[in-house]
Amino acid sequence: MPLPTRWSQKIEASDPTDEIMELQMGPSHPAAHGTIKFNLKLDGERVADCDVEVGYLHRAFEKMCEQGTWTQCFPYTDRLNYASPCINNVGFALAVEKLLGIEAPERAKYLRVIMSEVSRITDHLTCLGMAASEVGAVTVAFLMIEGREMLYDLVEAVTGARLTVTWCRVGGVAHDLPDGFKERVGIALRHIDELLVDCDKLLSRNRVFIDRMSGVGTLPQKDVISYGLTGPLLRASGVAYDVRKADPYLVYDRFNFDIVTGERGDNYDRFNVRFHEMAESQKIIAQAMDDLPDGPVMIGDPKIALPPKERVYNSIEGLMNHFKLIMEGIKVPPGETYSAVEGANGELGFYVVSDGSGRPYRVRVRPPCFLAMGALNKMLIGHMIPDIITTFGMINMIGGECDR
Amino acid sequence: MVIERLKEKFGAGILQSSSSLGEDTIVIDRAQAPEIFRTLHEDGDFAFEFLIDVTAVDWPERTPRFDIVYQLKSLSRNLRLRVKIRVGAGDDAWVSSAHPFWKSADWLERECFDMFGIQFRGHPDLRRILLYDTFVGHPLRKDYPYQKRQPIVPEIDPITKPLRPTK
Repeated sequence: MPLPTRWSQKIEASDPTDEIMELQMGPSHPAAHGTIKFNLKLDGERVADCDVEVGYLHRAFEKMCEQGTWTQCFPYTDRLNYASPCINNVGFALAVEKLLGIEAPERAKYLRVIMSEVSRITDHLTCLGMAASEVGAVTVAFLMIEGREMLYDLVEAVTGARLTVTWCRVGGVAHDLPDGFKERVGIALRHIDELLVDCDKLLSRNRVFIDRMSGVGTLPQKDVISYGLTGPLLRASGVAYDVRKADPYLVYDRFNFDIVTGERGDNYDRFNVRFHEMAESQKIIAQAMDDLPDGPVMIGDPKIALPPKERVYNSIEGLMNHFKLIMEGIKVPPGETYSAVEGANGELGFYVVSDGSGRPYRVRVRPPCFLAMGALNKMLIGHMIPDIITTFGMINMIGGECDR
Repeated sequence: MVIERLKEKFGAGILQSSSSLGEDTIVIDRAQAPEIFRTLHEDGDFAFEFLIDVTAVDWPERTPRFDIVYQLKSLSRNLRLRVKIRVGAGDDAWVSSAHPFWKSADWLERECFDMFGIQFRGHPDLRRILLYDTFVGHPLRKDYPYQKRQPIVPEIDPITKPLRPTK
């Protein structure tokens, strides 16, 4: 669509209807679920230009990581993408383990896969539910939140918290699964299946929904790649790139699942990719639960794993071991590594640098939705003001991860 | 393999190379960076379509002081490559922007400028991104104390004087 040339220049017109209006939307707008500001230039109700301002939730994640030990970074990673905190935990743990040259025990790997996929479903349910409610389908939002709550209950049963899980450790995970987890996850996933059937009936032939989503926020494949978009946004444009398939980590190469792709790369495809990805995640969870091996969930190396509490309280060696690990931290050999996992929003990478002391020298997180926000301007120009909300919803910007 | 072919092509432009932990890393000459980036992006032998990440690492005791670290990804060949450029402190902390080749460099380089004060020459719109314009200093440098307080910014009327002049 050719854009009117006057959009690129500011016009002081005598007729106010010809004027390009500047409007600041946000940073706390009720329809935009996130603190973000759009500095808009509007021609009537169309977006002529859009300067996206992020950073309202900046908490100095990378600086704070340099102040503590490696283990003390895990609580910070929970607060990156707080809709799927387990995946962030896993991503950081894998990066540090790569530097250390160790691998978590087999059972811990399976547990990490299971919880990552549970988190992916909660993240997609959050994103899709909110996006549907923003175009008027509030019923869908409530159905999806009902399903999400069932999964949050599971996350709470495993990790002890719903969002701030801090569940992974370097070399394994903190807790094993509680009794009866397999039955509970089966019940939850079956119930979510039923809910999703209802959601599908409410949306897939819904005229209002299709009109609001289809053909909106489209980015050509070339631009999607150039802007560095990954995850559902990239797959909606027809590129079958998924870190779980391209660079399999943990035990993802042992499971059967498909990469869901779209065709046109508009908001409707993005919605559908996320919607169908949940079924793939369910497949992975079912296979992982069936194959789940027995064994420890934490490696035994005393230089990495904390000793059991009985040893800490009853022997001087255990006490010293505990003290050294807590006060000095795990000694990670000098070096650097970049390790990526497939987050719910795309490639979540951790670039970590160690100088051999017990503290990280540099922790850099590669946030998928930060890159997507960089392309938002391009997606919005030429569309209407209400389309900002649906496009922004489909990017699924999570302030904690975008602004860090 | 990528490293060998790059060395053949650019010779002295590749200052160092290593492959540790299964990750290929090259350190390149700043002056030749645009040429090398163009080849990495456009040459079918490399085809790094993705600029995944741009960041920096501060080594205050070392000269040159900063490592600027680019993570590249090739979809078609399923390869990853880490490219580093070493730059000094002060006025020497500059590098050519990668924006002509990858649009993702726009925001990533803005963040790197914001956090480290690296100048990306040729960047279309190099402003702070996560922090506000009146922020003093570059917080991810090692000489920035993590408990440092910032001066209180006087309130500015956003109507008469826009906080962030757009390009």
